[in-house]
Parts: sequence; structure tokens; C-alpha cells
Amino acid sequence: MSNGISMERVDQIIDSYGSKRHHLIAIMQDIQAEYKYLSPEVLERIAEKLHIGVAKVYSVATFYENFSLEAKGKYIIKVCDGTACHVRKSQPIYNAIREYLNLEGKQKTSANGLFTLETVACLGACGLAPVVTINDQVHSKMTPESMIDLLKQLEKEDAANE
Amino acid sequence: MSKMTREMLNARRIQAKMAADAHTRTVLICAGTGCIAGGSLKIYDYLKTECEKRGISVLVNLMDDETQCAGHAINMKKSGCHGFCEMGPLLQIEPEGYLYTHVKIEDCDEIIEKTIIGGEVIERLLYTLDGVSYAKHNDIPFYRQQHRVVLENCGTTDAEDMDEYLAKDGYAAFEKALFEMTDEQICREIMDSGLRGRGGGGFPAGRKWDSVRKQPKGKKYVVCNGDEGDPGAFMDRSIMEGNPHSVIEGMLIAACAAGSDEGYIYVRAEYPLAVTRLKIAIAKAEEAGLLGDNILGTDFSFHLHVNRGAGAFVCGEGSALTASIEGKRGMPRVKPPRTVEHGLWAQPTVLNNVETFSAVPLIVRKGAAWFRSIGTENSPGTKAFALTGNVVNTGLIEVPMGTTLREVIFDIGGGIKDGKKFKAVQIGGPSGGCLTEEHLDLPMDFDSLKKLGAMIGSGGLVVMDEDTCMVEVARFFMHFTQNESCGKCVPCREGTRRMLEILERIVANEGTLEDLDLLEELSATITETALCGLGQSACKPVQSTLKYFRNEYLAHVVDKHCPHCNGRKKELQIDPTLCKGCGKCKRQCPMEAIEGQIRMPHTIDTTKCIKCGACWGSCPFGAIREE
Repeated sequence: MSNGISMERVDQIIDSYGSKRHHLIAIMQDIQAEYKYLSPEVLERIAEKLHIGVAKVYSVATFYENFSLEAKGKYIIKVCDGTACHVRKSQPIYNAIREYLNLEGKQKTSANGLFTLETVACLGACGLAPVVTINDQVHSKMTPESMIDLLKQLEKEDAANE
Repeated sequence: MSKMTREMLNARRIQAKMAADAHTRTVLICAGTGCIAGGSLKIYDYLKTECEKRGISVLVNLMDDETQCAGHAINMKKSGCHGFCEMGPLLQIEPEGYLYTHVKIEDCDEIIEKTIIGGEVIERLLYTLDGVSYAKHNDIPFYRQQHRVVLENCGTTDAEDMDEYLAKDGYAAFEKALFEMTDEQICREIMDSGLRGRGGGGFPAGRKWDSVRKQPKGKKYVVCNGDEGDPGAFMDRSIMEGNPHSVIEGMLIAACAAGSDEGYIYVRAEYPLAVTRLKIAIAKAEEAGLLGDNILGTDFSFHLHVNRGAGAFVCGEGSALTASIEGKRGMPRVKPPRTVEHGLWAQPTVLNNVETFSAVPLIVRKGAAWFRSIGTENSPGTKAFALTGNVVNTGLIEVPMGTTLREVIFDIGGGIKDGKKFKAVQIGGPSGGCLTEEHLDLPMDFDSLKKLGAMIGSGGLVVMDEDTCMVEVARFFMHFTQNESCGKCVPCREGTRRMLEILERIVANEGTLEDLDLLEELSATITETALCGLGQSACKPVQSTLKYFRNEYLAHVVDKHCPHCNGRKKELQIDPTLCKGCGKCKRQCPMEAIEGQIRMPHTIDTTKCIKCGACWGSCPFGAIREE
């Protein structure tokens, strides 16, 4: 076990593809679908089982935009920064979240591993701008204040479920 | 499971046709990505439950036996994309052909009572234009002017029910190819039809197939390119979601012609619904013995797989796509050798896009002459376009090749939104160029557009109105291409980055006249030296905007002020010595960032200001300036 990733499950996924090299992308997609990211241990395990170099696995994982090598939080927040949302002030919402979660520099995930903050180009929900999604659920017409309230609520819910 | 024979397939098709004729009342709920986002699946569930509560039996599959139902029965289907996404969620009711737009859960009870049971039309749910409401879907101008061939079954059939495809002569073309034609004859038919690749290049599909056929016997592949990555293009998505069997049938025919026994469909990661529908369609075709070993009792075998992309635009390029299927970084390689000789796993490969394969069954069934009767001499057939941007009717359309832009944008698209003036249309996404008012009456086909430095590309049409800044448009597309450059060749990797830097400088009003020359020089170099199509066409938006909208570049470079865009990076301030307090700027400001008493100098709240420049243009005293 490392970071909640079960290596048995990873093996299972690799085996389900017959440990074939050309399924590398599909294998990584399935693992990421379960754990939201690919840890160094996972990349090494894949390399070992497919009999290819770790560098090769790493090169493919970094080439495609969909793969993440960083652990992501339980809640993935995406702030829309499309034109319509930008004009209706999505940036102050983004800044407020960063401040609330104490994110510094390139850091995207809060220290407690609960939230990951990302921006997204356009969700196509411009009539509801500014729009924020949390785990793909759309929250419309947000303000920095309502955003922070929402985060506090999620934290509470999470604590209650622990 | 017993093996399907040709006779059994025919019997099943006849049964399906009879079942289709027997159904009187059919309700079609659009289940394309657009309408699903609008809640169409909830509407489907609600209608189904409510109908059943009222004692109406709901048949979901075509072959469900109506005679088993007690009393009244209707057929209710989730259809593919209707194309009129702007008006979704859409609901079509047969046999009357009523099309309801913007349907909500609250409308459902009325729809059941009045239309499903009573056959009566509900006026307020109809599409209206200029005060005229249109009850039937075929009367709506958006549909009336189209010629739907490839998209015909999208929106009228349930993609997950193979019997519906069979009822519409599905797999009849494959049967004909398999039993009645030689491989050479199939290639000849496709060559005679003049079908050209719908993915952008416009290479004759028949010639491609014939080259693969002529390669020495051995392992050959058929690959379908469903990696539709252009922003603002969704034709292939709609076909894969709405009519997946047509793609499979097209690939089967290609496999017969080229002598292949294995195929791949590569779908981009952002199209999960297309992947699901294709997988269901493949499973049903396998179950029916139309895919697998010894198909329909012959010695022809074909196995089909679906691969998901992982978010790389460059994988739409042939050699990058095959590299990605092999599980490698999706980077293009130097050609020749071409894909027909040296494609997937270095074997001869037929590679076409979704729309191309989807047209194949129709050509084989109806003949090359029929296909040639549509479109123009050198570009026969129809083309699907995704119409987006500042146009009244956004959506998916299909028109014969050679249709003019004016017909597409004004007749089908309903003209420009909010009564504004047309300025330009970007055709072919980031690899295409823009066309202007002077090109509106030009027949669109592969060759006419190429001459103008644009291209049909995959078929994205982004319409822009008079308020659009074309420099900003060029910057947007360059940003896209630069971000997606795979980094293998220097001209594209370094060149697009420098181009982007220059464009950003110009948009921010910090460019010089020399920058324009530099853009032109870089464009020419990158176009000539880049390794693949992505790099070679990356500069088209810049070149075409420089050609047709040079004055807008000059506005940024010389006047340091663009009347259209908010490219100004610096703060705007009002000079109190010049401001007379007339309040014009205050009224113009969209952000209510300007404050001040009448006849007193006004001020701009820089925290609210978005630097759009609206105040700048309105000030009669030139009091607003950049700091």
C-alpha cells in the first residue's frame, strides 16, 4: 500500500490486458480512473510487468495531457476561465480558493489532500457564468463568498463521514 | 450461439423492417452530448414512467413484440444527435414529425396527454422564427436546406439497437461487397465515386484502399480516425454516437477491399459517450456474427477494437495516431514511407476518418454514380459541418459539397446573432484559414478552399461578427497549436512559440511594424519545414488574417488601440484636467467601474475595470488614457 493505491489492484488491471505493451495507455487510463493519478510506484510496477523501461512508461505518461503524476484531492475543483466567466470575474473566485486553501506557487492540492484546484478553458455553460465544477458537478453564478461557504460545507460533510 | 448466415441476416432484416413499419407512434428523445447536458435522459425516464402509469406500454427496442402488450403501445427511443443543439433538449414525435424544442420535465405531462395520446400539437414547444412557428421538423429552415446523407440516421434511430440499423438496409452494402464484389471491384467503385477523405487532406479514399490492396499479402490493418480535436468541431462525435454501425460497416467493406482482418477505431478521450456507443455496437455486431471469424459463413474474418486517446491533438495526424495505438508517445514520423505501406505496426494500413467510413456503405449500396450526382465534379458527395460562433442556429449540418458559405451561414445558420454584421468565418479549425465577406458566394469544396489558403479540414465553421478582433483570433489559434505541438521537430516546437510571443505582444499593443514582417517570414519557414500537417498548417490562421485583416494588426501596432478587443494590458485612467464629466463613458462601461458626478471629473475603479476600452471609444474629449 502506498497513498491508498493497492498494488494488487494495479496488477489486476495490467493482467486484464494480458500484460501486453501496446495496452500501456489503456492500462494507465484504467489505473488513473481508479486512483486519479499515477504514482512513481505505479509507473515502476507497470514497467516491470510489461518488461519495458521505466523511462519509456514515464515518457508516455508525460506526453498525454490526461495523465497526472501528482496525487489529487478528494474534491477536484475546476474554475472556468473561459471568456464569459473571465469577464464575470472568475479570477477573484480562483484567488479566493487559493488563499483559503493556502496554496502557494505551483501547488494545486491542499495540504490535507482534500481539494485540488484547477482551471478549465470553457465548460460551455456561459449562461450560468461564472461556473465552478466540483467533481464534475456544476455550480453556477458563483462569488468568492459563496465559493468559500461551499468549501466549508464540504469540509464539514467530509469530517462527518470520517 | 449459432453462426449467422447470409439468409439469416436477410430474414432478420426483413423482420426488423416489418417491425419498423408496424410501429405507429414513436417518440424520439435526443441523447446526443448536447441534449444530455440539458437533461434529456431525465425527460426520457420521466416520460417512460408516466406513460406506463397511464397504461401505455412503452417499447424500447424495435423488435419488442407489440402484440404481447395489453392495449395502447408506443415506441420510445433515445436517438443520436439531431444537430440542432442550440434548441435542445429536442423531442420528435412520429408519425406526425413534430419537433419540440427546449423541452423541460414540466412539459412532459402535457406532451403525453395532448400529443402522445391525442396526436395534437403543442404550439409553445415548437420552433419559431420571425413569428412563424414550425410544427414539423422537415419544414424548419435549418433542416429544409440541408442534404442529410451520412447524418440521415442520426436523430432518427436508436444507436444502441442494431435492428434499427438493419431495418434501414444496414449491412446490406457489406453483404454486397462480401458476396458479390471482388476486392478490386470494391476499390474501383470507391475510386469511381470520387470519395475524398473527410478528415482534412481530401485524399481520394479509393486510391488509398487500392494501394493497400496491392501490397504483398500479409497482415494489414484498417484504422478509423475518431480523434476529432479541433475546437468547435463535433461532426465525427455525432456520427459515432448516433450511427456507430455505419462506421463499422464502412470499415468492414474497407477490410474486404484491402485484405485486412483487424481494425482499430481511435476515439479521443473527451468523447466517452462515443466510446460507449461504439463498444455496444461492436458487441452487437459480434453477437450477430458480423464481426469475428468466418463472417457470414465465409473465410473472411475481421476483429475490431476501440482505443481511447489520452488528450493529444497531434494524434489526429496519421503516423502519430498509429504510434499511439501501439502504446507509444503520439509523435508523427517522417514520410515516406506512407501509411498505406508502413502504418500500424509497420504493416500496410487503410486510415480514414469517421465521416469517410460512414459514407462508404451508402456508396456501395447506391452506386458511385449516385454519389457523383451530389456535390461538385472534383469533390462529390456531401460534407458535415459544425456551425458555431456568433451565428443564430449553432449545430451540426450536412450539405452537398459546393454549397456556398452564404447558404450555410445565412440560410441554414439563420445569419449573425443579435443582428450584427458578418465579419469572417474560420474554416478547418486551427489548421485552416479565415474567409471574409468577399468569399461568401464561393462554392466550398476541397480545391476552391485550398486555392484561398484555407481548407475544409474536418469541417468546423466558427462564425465571427463585426465585434471580433481578428488578431486575437489568430493569437487564440496559435496558442492552441503551440500548446499541442508535440515537440519533435524544431520548426514547430520553437517556431510556434516565437509566433505566439509576437502575437501576444501585438495584442497587448506593444508590437512593431517589423513584427508583422517577422510573422510572415516565420509562417513561410514553418509551413515549409515542419514535419507533419499540424506544423505545416499551424500558420494558416496568422497568414490569412494578415492577408484579409491587416488593418486590424495595424490598429494594434500603429494606433495602439483596437476598437474590438480588450487586449490592453495597462491600466486605464481618466485625466481629470480633460474630463468634462459628461457621463458618456459611465454609460458605456459594462462593469459599472466608472464613478463620478455629472460635470465633475469621473474616475475608473481599476479593481472593477476589465480594460475593454468601451469608455475609450466613447470619450469625446480624449480624456481616457493608458497608464
